[in-house]
Amino acid sequence: MSAAVSDQITQPTFVATVRLVAEREITTRLRSKAFRWMFGLLLLAAAAATVLPNLVGGADPVSVAVVGTSPVDLDTMKDSDGAAYFDVRDRSVDRPAAEQLLRDGDVDAVLVFGDDSLTVLGLRDPPTRAVQAFSAAPKVELVDPTGHDPAVAYFVTIAFGVLFFLAASLFGTQIAQSVVEEKATRIVEILLSTVPARALLTGKVLGNSALAIAQIVGVAAVALLGLALTGDAISVGDLSAPILWFVVFFAFGFVMVAALFAATASLVSRSEDIGSATSPVTMLIMIPYVLSFVAHDNVLLTRVLAWLPFSAPISMPSLVFSGDAHWWEPLGSLALLVVTTVAVIAVGERVYRNSLLRTGGKIPLRDAVRDAVAGR
Amino acid sequence: MLVLDGVTKSYGERRALDDVGFTIEAGRLTGFVGGNGAGKTTTMRIILGVLAADSGSVLIDGIPVSAAARRRFGYMPEERGLYPKMRVREQLVYLARLHGWTAAAAGRSADGLLEQLELGARADDPLESLSLGNQQRAQIAAALVHQPDLLVLDEPFSGLDVMAVDLVQNVLKEQAARGVPVLFSSHQLDVVERLCDDLVIIAGGQIRAAGRRDELRAQYARRVWELGVDDPDWVPGWLDGRGTVGATTDTSVQLEAPDDVRRDLLATAIARGPVHSWRHVQPSLAEIFREVVG
Repeated sequence: MSAAVSDQITQPTFVATVRLVAEREITTRLRSKAFRWMFGLLLLAAAAATVLPNLVGGADPVSVAVVGTSPVDLDTMKDSDGAAYFDVRDRSVDRPAAEQLLRDGDVDAVLVFGDDSLTVLGLRDPPTRAVQAFSAAPKVELVDPTGHDPAVAYFVTIAFGVLFFLAASLFGTQIAQSVVEEKATRIVEILLSTVPARALLTGKVLGNSALAIAQIVGVAAVALLGLALTGDAISVGDLSAPILWFVVFFAFGFVMVAALFAATASLVSRSEDIGSATSPVTMLIMIPYVLSFVAHDNVLLTRVLAWLPFSAPISMPSLVFSGDAHWWEPLGSLALLVVTTVAVIAVGERVYRNSLLRTGGKIPLRDAVRDAVAGR
Repeated sequence: MLVLDGVTKSYGERRALDDVGFTIEAGRLTGFVGGNGAGKTTTMRIILGVLAADSGSVLIDGIPVSAAARRRFGYMPEERGLYPKMRVREQLVYLARLHGWTAAAAGRSADGLLEQLELGARADDPLESLSLGNQQRAQIAAALVHQPDLLVLDEPFSGLDVMAVDLVQNVLKEQAARGVPVLFSSHQLDVVERLCDDLVIIAGGQIRAAGRRDELRAQYARRVWELGVDDPDWVPGWLDGRGTVGATTDTSVQLEAPDDVRRDLLATAIARGPVHSWRHVQPSLAEIFREVVG
């Protein structure tokens, strides 16, 4: 070996190796068209979800037919938000004709003005908006003006749930594909003869986690921007603590899920088998996702979910948002999540290392975990 | 120089390697020959540290092989594989960097190899867009890009066309000339016979023969001689049971017989007419292989 060549070689550290592997994962993803499309669609969805409801927001005018003569100009009647009450379709029809319009669905209500009276006709339900227009509004005072609308809390839970579920399943699947690709093309044998399996797994998990978190931050930024632009009722201030907790929980929860995806994917050798191999992990993120919707108005169930490591990233931030969490609860749940993540990585790394060179059929998950736990 | 000593490996009940020991010398091509399931790939994976041996040692220049030393090994696995969608040059640079090279040095090494292997024009194409022959070249480049101190190739000739076989042969010779110990396995005994300096024969997880090719040949040479004469039909009758006759052609006959009978035979043949050749037949690798394995 010539001196010139030796100078160029360093003994790579574990960290340097992990960084190289992570860099490759990231550049490969960024170059993939599918990835860029997916990210674009996610951003678009985030923008649409926050902006659209406000653009079409406000109550729609009710379509009416008028019998008799109105003492006021119906077209100029507006509610407190400035939205018109009425869309007058037909004026000065007789009552049977107006009723027929109502039956045919051409109008939602009929206003019958008598000499000194007004009757509002509806088809089956009272046309509330038409009634409101002629009612005197009582004075309203709010006792708890800062309390959260249950609908908003539900929306927040959905947002956390969708983000975590989407990111976990998207990036989890990508990690699984990356593991199986290396196994299927047998490059894994070259890699393992060069670097430790642990460095390979760590690089993969960290590279994909970094991308996932960057994506989440991007989506969150677009969503917050959308809310700010359209002036929605949820202020950024209300959400900052839950969002912060969400990011922290997301980081650990995602690493745990990523390690699980990598370990289960290493059990198979063909990309067709990824789905069946990783289905236990998909269930582990799917069930808490669905349960968190069910639990949104049930504090006890949300609290239980907030403490379970797999649902904590979704449910604990919602619990913080709804104000039902004690200050120590996110910390305790986070500690539990971190411990679980460490345990999952330890077992997952063994499964991964043991399975990488076993090609051919699918290795039963139970066998792989048993071997890994037994320290083989 | 790499030395394996007493290496044993079992998969469950099945003993894949049993007390395997041999030497790969610097600057020499060592051919590794054995049937399917004889233990070649397992041995190579243990040398590379991809698998752990149950017992025994692997020493390089007298020192147990460390992970650091293994990073200086080059490996071409039997079942080839690189990243299909990654650009050729990029993969080579990535692999060299995993071996500890700086990005700049890795780039220079990759460029040099791509030129040498006539892949320069395809450097920035994804691997999967290359022809199979060019993918094989890229695979060789992947094993060499970090200028390894030891080269291990599992079946480097399988599935290659004639041109590619020549290319791989030249690369292996070049590496050996650089002073690198080279171990390669092959089913193609004729290639091994032509190429290797040393031979290791494995069967059933045990080393059956190992050493310099020529010494092994001499060791396993049977007492077969070949007489080259026109029309050798008289030979069996003349021998009359004092020896055994082997392969016979129009111009030659192979036989095994005691020294004095052979001497008489040669004198008789010269008296009968011209003798084109008279030689001690060297066993082919295939014959040695059959003998030690069978």
